Amino acid sequence: MGTRAIAGKVVQVNEEGYLTDPSEWNKEIGLEIAGEEGLSALTEAHWKVIDFCREAAKGLGGKSPTLRQITTGTGVSTKELFALFPKGPAKKVARIAGLGKPEGCV
Amino acid sequence: MTDENRKIAFICSKGALDMAYPALIMGWAALGNGIDVTIFFTFWGMDLITEKRIDHLEIAPVANTSMKMGMMGVPGNLGIPNLMGVLPGMLVDGGAKLYGCKMSVDMMGLKKEDFIDGVIDVVTAADFIDMSEGAQIIFI
Repeated sequence: MGTRAIAGKVVQVNEEGYLTDPSEWNKEIGLEIAGEEGLSALTEAHWKVIDFCREAAKGLGGKSPTLRQITTGTGVSTKELFALFPKGPAKKVARIAGLGKPEGCV
Repeated sequence: MTDENRKIAFICSKGALDMAYPALIMGWAALGNGIDVTIFFTFWGMDLITEKRIDHLEIAPVANTSMKMGMMGVPGNLGIPNLMGVLPGMLVDGGAKLYGCKMSVDMMGLKKEDFIDGVIDVVTAADFIDMSEGAQIIFI
């Protein structure tokens, strides 16, 4: 556990760099983390996924939903999700959305 | 080693439902973490990619010491959800590379048309050894 400054705000993070308090997150933080994850911009489609995860996390103890929950909940296809967040959407989405890693497997 | 450089290769040699899930679920988890995934299907594992078989995977009650008396006769494979209709497609869409085993295909008289969408090719054991260079290999 520690803290780090992201987009001009000091937030709490765990040893893997995930925000531990979703309420400390804002869109600027999401944008900066997205940049660190190799995404130069966040489109409307990205935000659709991020917003869904933020909302779903309220019922999941601050953890990001699983990829299957994201695809069924947003209507974004698996292929599209992997294109929006290439190379590891489960971790990337959680990190950018300021949530914990998903706890389910599928 | 970062996840982005990791490669995992699964060898699926079993066609029972409880032996199908490990590779498919771990493979899916690996894709979610940004890891390169290759799956080689061989022998009874061919059932996992064969259109006519995939929806009929079951849990073996015989010679299964974990199958206790009370579990016998519980319908629907002990109530375990059957995700075989969606999991392979999810893996393909997520970028996993699926291959069938040449020897099994010849032995069982299968053709590439018998497979579900997304199976890239039928390859030999030596091909699989070549393509899995540097990967962590999991045999199931």
